[in-house]
Amino acid sequence: MSATANRDDRLATANLGVAVAAFGVAAFMAFMQALSRANLELPGRSAGMYYLSVTAHGVLMAIVFTTFFIMGLGVAFTNAGLERRLRYPRTAWAAFWIATLGTVMATWAIVTGKATVLYTFYPPLQAHPAFYIGLTLVVVGSWVWSFVILSTWTAWRNEHPGQATPLEVYGMLAAIIVWLVATIGVAAEMLFQLIPWSLGITETVDPMLARTLFWYFGHPLVYFWLLPAYVVWYMVIPRLAGGKLFSAQLGRVVFAMFIVLSTPVGFHHQYMDPAVPSGWKMLHTFLTFIILFPSFVTAFTITASLEVAGRARGARGLFDWIGKLPWGDPTVSSVLLAMILFAVGGFGGAVNASFATDSVVHNTAWIQGHFHLTVGTAVALTFMGTAYWLVPRLTGRELELGLLAKVQPYLWFLGMLLFSIANHITGLMGMPRRVFDATYQGSAIAERWQSLTAISAAGGVLLFISSTFFLLVMLGTVLAGKKTASREIQFSETLQPEPASSSIFDRLGVWAAIAVVLVLIAYAYPIYSHLSMPTFGSPGYKPY
Amino acid sequence: MTTMRVGIYERAWMWAAGVLIVLFLAMLGYAAVAQGLRPPSHIETIDPRAVFDDPRFANPGVTAGPDGRVIVTSLAMTFAFQPAEIRVPANRPVSFGLTSSDVQHGFQIVGTNANTMVIPGYVSEFTTVFKRAGEYLIVCNEYCGVGHHLMSSKLIVEAAP
Ligand code: HEM
Ligand SMILES: [Cu+2]
Ligand SMILES: [Cu+2]
Repeated sequence: MSATANRDDRLATANLGVAVAAFGVAAFMAFMQALSRANLELPGRSAGMYYLSVTAHGVLMAIVFTTFFIMGLGVAFTNAGLERRLRYPRTAWAAFWIATLGTVMATWAIVTGKATVLYTFYPPLQAHPAFYIGLTLVVVGSWVWSFVILSTWTAWRNEHPGQATPLEVYGMLAAIIVWLVATIGVAAEMLFQLIPWSLGITETVDPMLARTLFWYFGHPLVYFWLLPAYVVWYMVIPRLAGGKLFSAQLGRVVFAMFIVLSTPVGFHHQYMDPAVPSGWKMLHTFLTFIILFPSFVTAFTITASLEVAGRARGARGLFDWIGKLPWGDPTVSSVLLAMILFAVGGFGGAVNASFATDSVVHNTAWIQGHFHLTVGTAVALTFMGTAYWLVPRLTGRELELGLLAKVQPYLWFLGMLLFSIANHITGLMGMPRRVFDATYQGSAIAERWQSLTAISAAGGVLLFISSTFFLLVMLGTVLAGKKTASREIQFSETLQPEPASSSIFDRLGVWAAIAVVLVLIAYAYPIYSHLSMPTFGSPGYKPY
Repeated sequence: MTTMRVGIYERAWMWAAGVLIVLFLAMLGYAAVAQGLRPPSHIETIDPRAVFDDPRFANPGVTAGPDGRVIVTSLAMTFAFQPAEIRVPANRPVSFGLTSSDVQHGFQIVGTNANTMVIPGYVSEFTTVFKRAGEYLIVCNEYCGVGHHLMSSKLIVEAAP
């Protein structure tokens, strides 16, 4: 039997294809933004274009690129991990098309200037209904995809009673549960608030309720991005680096903790908001620090696995295993560099999570410096590296333009270093984020930011070159890659023996139930008391 | 969990990570209880379509409050703050009260930790002390439309006479 008989490779490839296309468009917009921010006179540069472009970049990167990539990865890893086709391939195709239709609708609304509300779409800024409906369809598509993956897993479980779920699938299932719990918030915001309001069915919305629902969704969203990247770190990289995973069971602990703790932390995005009680913000602060734990454990497990790989390649001393790792393999180097920048991002995250220090950096350029390290590198660079390894196996074509692929992660790393450091510093100096032009009518205070915005722009140029390399490699591979028969998708072996049978970790329903209880504790009362307080709604505004 | 075989390294690391987090939490808890360091918050509503007639915001500006504190009310709107210039004394508690007459805005005094969201329908409030006399730039730090980057005002902190 061929390697691909049990697989839905065309579906996985289609999802990755939309992801890469969205990435390409968004990277181009980002390039223009970074230059614009440094006040370079580009043709057609205007405030309206800038904010339109930031909206497109945010939506296409943070929502479209990530969601489609994860859907593609989920299909491929479910196939390969369970050695089984999807249970409902046609339904999974429907999911793809629903999400694609939603993407087209939202993108249309953005590029025609009808939805310059940024990817956070805080009301009472109001967009065209197609924007909200389009994004809702993306989420609906992802729900249908989630259903297909979950039911494929339950079918597998019935066929393999008592067997432990392989970690590469376990991690994807954890991401799916986090996503299902999280999207309740944004779905409620869309269906009860924004869609009826943008259609003129209701006259006003409550902006605070919308913020709370958005951030109920917005924080766990980051774990929906991160967990699939962790799956690659755990189950792909040790093997490619020539070693073994230190312990898969520890990975299960990590993913189960994320299921439980991802959602009840959203108020840490609302420290500076009125109308959210201080005590509830405090509770979310505590939970935010607890959720650092699984990431600490991941840092240990992956580092230990890499050390195992380095020693297997002949390292003897304390640290020379680092040099022995295959830094020339674009998948491995992408992940290693992503991990380094993620560690830096983690320190910044601790600053954001502490409300006293957050008051200095809230909504400044620091924030954009921060999340370009986390989602913009830890996740996005991991995904690009994953594509170098996965796309040849899905399409049966060898990676083309391998030299560009080798250079690309390093360019990204350098570009992001410049971009991110500059933005962290200007943020500390008080420069706000999301501004077309940060000169403030020649203010002497704003003058001090200007040389740093130029460094950020230089980083943007490197990032754009890196993005172009990635796109060329992808296009070259799909269009001109040599046919290859080596299409096996193999995962890491583990150093500690895998448990022979399923354990409490495989009872995902239990973990999901604990998650729901914690969410109720963290949110039910604050939302209830907000709803029972007399509030005033706002009509829509379109000042763009 | 009987099937779990965690090596000695793993266990040491998990303990270290756990202790670190407990330390963080203890620090936060201590600061909250002993120093009253809690997340800022203020719960008060206002009709965003009637802010210009509301006595709280009809005359935004600086007034003297009880207990020697200075009270500043400021109104955010696309794309300006009212008043455009605020004068307060140094080394005295200054309480800010803010709201928006249209979309969401931010209010950030550059170079300080004075920073709050300004949300239509709600009043934001916080108190701070300016130690350094001089001119400060106030910027809107939440996207509010095509003139977002133009939305700013001035704070002048005057040395106590
Ligand atoms: C191609 C390299 C990239 C460059 C040069 C770049 C640059 C930028 C710039 C200049 C902004 C606008 C900042 C502002 O005005 O506040 C921005 C915003 C943003 N970027 Fe990127 N970026 C890149 C890649 C990414 C990636 C890979 C992601 C995530 C997967 C991402 C996610 C975002 C998000 C979510 C925003 C916020 C938009 C908003 O504030 O509404 N970016 N980026
Ligand atoms: Cu968060
Ligand atoms: Cu603004």
